[in-house]
Amino acid sequence: MSNILSVTTFLPLVGALIIATLNPEAKSNARWIALWTTLVTFAVSLLIWWNFEPTASGFQFLEEYAWLGSLKYKMGVDGISMLFVILTTFLMPLCILASWESIEDRVKEYMIAFLVLETLMLGVFCALDLVLFYLFFEGGLIPMFIIIGVWGGKRRVYASFKFFLYTLLGSVLMLLAMMAMYWHAGTTDIPTLLQTKFPPEMQWWLWIAFFASFAVKLPMWPVHTWLPDAHVEAPTAGSVILAGILLKMGGYGFLRFSLPMFPNASADLAPFIFTLSIVAIIYTSLVALVQEDIKKLIAYSSVAHMGFVTIGIFTASQQGIDGAIFQMLSHGIVSAALFLCVGVIYDRTHTREIAAYGGLVERMPKYATAFMVFTMANVGLPGTSGFIGEFLTLLSAFKANTWVAIFAATGVILSAAYALYLYRRVIFGALEKASLRSLLDLSPREVAILAPLVLLTIFYGFYPAPVLDVTATSVKNLVQTYQSAQQVSAAALTR
Amino acid sequence: MDSALLHVVFPELILAIGAMGLLMIGVFSPKGEGSGQIVAWLAIGVLVAALVAVYMGAGSASVFEGAFVSDAMTRFFKILILIAAALTLFMTFDDFGRERLMLFEYPVLMLLSTLGMLMMVSASDLIALYLGLELQSLALYVLAAFKRDDVKSSEAGLKYFVLGALSSGMLLYGASMLYGVTGSTSYAVIAEAAKAPDMATNIGLTVGLVFVLVGLAFKVAAVPFHMWTPDVYQGAPTPVTAFFAGAPKVAAIALILRFTQSAMPAVASQWQQIITFLSIASMVLGAFAAIGQTNIKRLLAYSSIGHVGFALIGLDAVNTEGTAGVLIYFAIYVAMTLGAFACVLSMRRKRGNVEDIAELAGLAKTDLTLASILALLMFSLAGIPPLAGFWAKWYVFLPVVKAGLYPLAVIGVVTSVVGAYYYLRIVKIMFFDEPAEAFAPREGKTFAVMALSAAFVLAFVLPIVGGTIVDAATAAAAILVPPQPL
Repeated sequence: MSNILSVTTFLPLVGALIIATLNPEAKSNARWIALWTTLVTFAVSLLIWWNFEPTASGFQFLEEYAWLGSLKYKMGVDGISMLFVILTTFLMPLCILASWESIEDRVKEYMIAFLVLETLMLGVFCALDLVLFYLFFEGGLIPMFIIIGVWGGKRRVYASFKFFLYTLLGSVLMLLAMMAMYWHAGTTDIPTLLQTKFPPEMQWWLWIAFFASFAVKLPMWPVHTWLPDAHVEAPTAGSVILAGILLKMGGYGFLRFSLPMFPNASADLAPFIFTLSIVAIIYTSLVALVQEDIKKLIAYSSVAHMGFVTIGIFTASQQGIDGAIFQMLSHGIVSAALFLCVGVIYDRTHTREIAAYGGLVERMPKYATAFMVFTMANVGLPGTSGFIGEFLTLLSAFKANTWVAIFAATGVILSAAYALYLYRRVIFGALEKASLRSLLDLSPREVAILAPLVLLTIFYGFYPAPVLDVTATSVKNLVQTYQSAQQVSAAALTR
Repeated sequence: MDSALLHVVFPELILAIGAMGLLMIGVFSPKGEGSGQIVAWLAIGVLVAALVAVYMGAGSASVFEGAFVSDAMTRFFKILILIAAALTLFMTFDDFGRERLMLFEYPVLMLLSTLGMLMMVSASDLIALYLGLELQSLALYVLAAFKRDDVKSSEAGLKYFVLGALSSGMLLYGASMLYGVTGSTSYAVIAEAAKAPDMATNIGLTVGLVFVLVGLAFKVAAVPFHMWTPDVYQGAPTPVTAFFAGAPKVAAIALILRFTQSAMPAVASQWQQIITFLSIASMVLGAFAAIGQTNIKRLLAYSSIGHVGFALIGLDAVNTEGTAGVLIYFAIYVAMTLGAFACVLSMRRKRGNVEDIAELAGLAKTDLTLASILALLMFSLAGIPPLAGFWAKWYVFLPVVKAGLYPLAVIGVVTSVVGAYYYLRIVKIMFFDEPAEAFAPREGKTFAVMALSAAFVLAFVLPIVGGTIVDAATAAAAILVPPQPL
């Protein structure tokens, strides 16, 4: 049990190594090995959830070994990171299944890239050392670059370069900040750094450097422009991972580093974050309205939804952070599902133009139902998981600043507009196009992919407690640290 | 003579005697290819013997009136140089064997040049510095022109010789100035003399310092003294280019480290300015000029210019960690460069070697192993974790941040992002483009070197590989620059 996090993290890598030894023609073997690897990893990660102690504060399942020089290899999870581990391991088998038939070219390499990516993503959420975190955080660029570039659409080269260079530029600044933290605190150990009080002016610089990285990753307006390109060009499973997990690394970074380590800078700069988030929510929602490509529309809606996440995080209240985490998990499920839905019809017609569809409900009733559930969750309809996150976020925003809540709430309306508009144009209307007449409804494989997502979306919409219970203690500690830091600095000011 | 004294220079003696012995074997054995092959194998044996001798050495010693030192630092650099030389020679067999170029002069010249490098590393006196440098350079000029029927190779040799001679002249001029001002060629005496209060403004000392550094900057190809690099890299036979990119730079950087930190510590603020300029200019030019290259050897030339810039910022920090960072950087850089050139050597069709980057198109479909190895090396050169290239950058930027040189650090990381673009372009050509005609089958020795390099790049993150190198470099750096408490 003591090494369960390392086991979970590196299991996919072992699978990738096994696939690497296969004959390139053994496509079906590569698929099956990848699927089993991800399923076993999911099972092991459930074991972590099972043994997780929600009421204990601090990190659990700690592992610590000597590494290079003065660095330590240290892993551990708390209530915040554990859910992301589960989300990652949960989405991966679905991604493998979604690529089952749509990827015919270089299957072996594809599966290796995905499994390596899974290892790196899990590492990000488990790492308890800055350098280790950065290693996983940046390392993920390599497989994602290859996935977009090799199996992507027409403008894949442009999209993959843009994705890589944007993210890298943000991250190298964070790297310098990490070095500065190392010299200040004498360690890169995250639990120790969480206790370290950085001087306020230093916090500003560190905060900005970390912001550069996480804002690109999340992404926040105005550095979001790589996302629509990457989403449109990536293969379906690549989009799922991008929307489901890679974006969450930005939010996770804000929660793990920016807020607790630089509380004074966070408080000072919260209005700045609120402004950017509101622009993101309103502007990208409007942009989403006029998109003609389904994937691009969903990509812009992701940016808008991430705006709620940043608002929630930087209200720095229990409700806001709970809401942000819930919103991230819900978005991880819902946007992943929406991209999978796009993949389903793209596999059949090979187009993502909204105008090429219409009246699908006549040929694909099961599909129309699933798509509807996800559309409603995307809108934030009560009874779906999307509602809980947005509601908690808006509630906390209202307490923090009424105007923020008012502007952010318009985003809910706009999201209803673009999501329902999309749904109407694709699913309803008359089935006029000849190419759509022969479409088949969901295959058993596709049902197996979408069914768990539908169930989870509705389940968490009615009963969010399993998630909120896990995060409660960690979030409470986070908020307490933050508030005590504010009191200390306020006291220093009055003196 | 004192036998303990010979003990200190034992590795150099092995190389010197080995080179002369092999020269005799080559001259008196029947003419032709066969003797060249045998001499080359024997030369590898000599290099390995010297490597063992260096590895067995311990402690610090200073002999020949302080002109020649041996300590953990010189051992680190010497091991690196000997490994690089041995591996380069090893992967020469395939290429030169095919071209009927494996003449016995080649391994002998390489041994002599390696001997010069070891002397450079140990030099602690301006005369010793110059002797080592010239022995190394003269052998290299000949090696660059080794393909004597080839116009480009001859051009490379000539160009290298003219510019190299110029830089040696500058270095000598600077050395004479320093001698004039301080009255000695010994680093220790110079350092003592430079401590005098009026020395910081002494024009002779400053001019001497600048000229010596200019001469050394030529040897490491730091901007603006880099002009010869792309032409020489492109023109010289590829195995020789691989050698140029590795060992001589290590030796020259060792010279710079020891000269600045043991002869000139008193005027650190002066040479720090020069190094800052050299490193920023090299990083920027290395990143931007490589973007437009179509020949892979030229591209690697610009890449090496950029990497020297990155390594030099470690020196700029003027602390133990910075010096250790330079050592680590070069250990990793040499490993990556050797592998990259082994890949270049494998770019071969029936008609002969090709050097155009476009020839790599779609390599992932025709030869996935080669494409994966080259891609790994490119990601590593770009500094993407968890590969070795990231650690190289980590260990040079860390001391820079400690020293508070934030603008330098920011310029450095931003240029590394620009640099990532052209490394990615090679990955893109190999993985995303439609395949060109397949290359000829891989050759064993060349492939062994690139596989070794790729394995190193991947395994650096393990404590047994990276940890060993980091610990050795830190211990070595502590000798030259005693650590300061934080």
